[in-house]
Amino acid sequence: MQSIISVQNLVKTYASGFQALKGVDLEIRRGEIFALLGPNGAGKTTLISIICGIVNATSGSVTADGHDIRKEFRAARSKIGLVPQELTSDAFESVWRTMTFSRGLFGKPPNPAHLEKVLKDLSLWDKKDSPILSLSGGMKRRVMIAKALSHEPQILFLDEPTAGVDVELRRDMWDMVRSLRDSGVTIILTTHYIEEAEEMADRIGVISKGEIILVEEKNTLMRKLGRKQLTLHLQAPLQQIPTQLANRQLELSPDGTQLIYTFDAQADATGIASLLRQLNEHGIDFKDLHTSESSLEEIFVSLVHQR
Amino acid sequence: MNTYGIGAIYRFELARWFRTLVQSLLSPVISTSLYFVVFGAAIGSRMAEIEGVSYGAFIVPGLIMLSVLTESISNASFGIYMPRYSGTIYEVLSAPISAMEIVIGYVGAAATKSIMLGLVILATARLFVPFSIEHPLWMVSFLVLTSLTFSLFGFIIGLWASGWEKLQIVPIMIVTPLAFLGGSFYSIGMLPEFWQKVALFNPVVYLISGFRWSFYGVSDVAVGVSLGMTLLFLTLCLIVIWWIFKTGYRLKA
Repeated sequence: MQSIISVQNLVKTYASGFQALKGVDLEIRRGEIFALLGPNGAGKTTLISIICGIVNATSGSVTADGHDIRKEFRAARSKIGLVPQELTSDAFESVWRTMTFSRGLFGKPPNPAHLEKVLKDLSLWDKKDSPILSLSGGMKRRVMIAKALSHEPQILFLDEPTAGVDVELRRDMWDMVRSLRDSGVTIILTTHYIEEAEEMADRIGVISKGEIILVEEKNTLMRKLGRKQLTLHLQAPLQQIPTQLANRQLELSPDGTQLIYTFDAQADATGIASLLRQLNEHGIDFKDLHTSESSLEEIFVSLVHQR
Repeated sequence: MNTYGIGAIYRFELARWFRTLVQSLLSPVISTSLYFVVFGAAIGSRMAEIEGVSYGAFIVPGLIMLSVLTESISNASFGIYMPRYSGTIYEVLSAPISAMEIVIGYVGAAATKSIMLGLVILATARLFVPFSIEHPLWMVSFLVLTSLTFSLFGFIIGLWASGWEKLQIVPIMIVTPLAFLGGSFYSIGMLPEFWQKVALFNPVVYLISGFRWSFYGVSDVAVGVSLGMTLLFLTLCLIVIWWIFKTGYRLKA
């Protein structure tokens, strides 16, 4: 598949000597939702800031839709929309005026019909003449998105888009991002909420200490690294795990009513059948059982900690 | 050339000015009126004419310059410092717009405000004292050049300032003294000889002298020298701005 953003050997050393990026290579595919995960200070925002032209790279190159971001900055930047992490806005301006400003700034002729559509999609139309300082936090966040969409970008960067946004609004934003993707916009989002990446992303990249440590299809990643758990709801509570079963990956819930078995879903022999036979031999009866996959969050935490 | 981008910045900045029109226009007009009441009417009537010009009329060009200088600096410095302070500068930096276009937008808007302010003060002054303008084209040229130069200077201050105090310190500590000592209220010829020489190191002397010449045909220094010094200062500001954008100083990490 064709890359819409290509990052090659990108290095950023700040004046303080801190190396935020240590030779990052990354290809973003046209039309995908790419989630960039990483702990605080991993380099997520630095990477985005360089691609968008807010921070100068120390070395390395970036192209956006085939245009070098430095040599052909006009062509490259006009393709990109950025929603930064911080809620920064011209507090005294109306929503409509800041959008008009954003569109003009990106070199596009006025198009009130487009701005109207964006505002309506974001449920901001009735606020178009309100000064931004009168809006709630969630609305301000949407104004930032509206500004980024005002010049019809092909690539949209969302830096922590749902930080501080309530659950309902988060769902709405996810729907909006999906419909943007359906309209052909490539979306790169950074997030702390693993749930968000799990919910939305086509592919996931993990960045830690300035290095991309993994880029993978979300489904592959879940499968590859996923661990499953089998939970058995016991008929009668156990005091402790029988010693004959001690060598298995078993845990007993504090109240003794649940037995939890962790296994590798990819392994040929999961050990479930033999476990159940053993339980039967020891007269441990259960009334219900279920299996669950580990979440992306657990995968992520184990990845970052391994290094 | 991103003309839509330049226009967006220019209109946005002017809109900010119009939204606070009372502060931005009325306060300089009121303070100038007070100068005319005090120096023109109260004190001026007891002062002798200077080089054939009544004192009230004599101070008109200086007072206009005083306001244009300070307002150019404060408008332009605030215009670029505000987005840096609030963080909205990210949008300008990520836009397909060149450094020169950004400067044209911000400085153009600030200079426009200053020119309008200068003309409003000129009209206000006419209500207090009668005067005529001998060289209207020169007058306009000096007004435009000064507005541009000091808007550029203000833009540099707005980029350099790392806090609100720094934003104020250059106008208060340097520009206001230079403007007051630059011959707004007197002719350099009225100073003792030694201080006349010292005054020639004050760039504002050249601006006010040239501007006054365009009104009355009298000046402290030759009008060509005034023009030359104004252009020199303009060039210096342009060089500094070119360097700022080349290095990303205070703009990009």
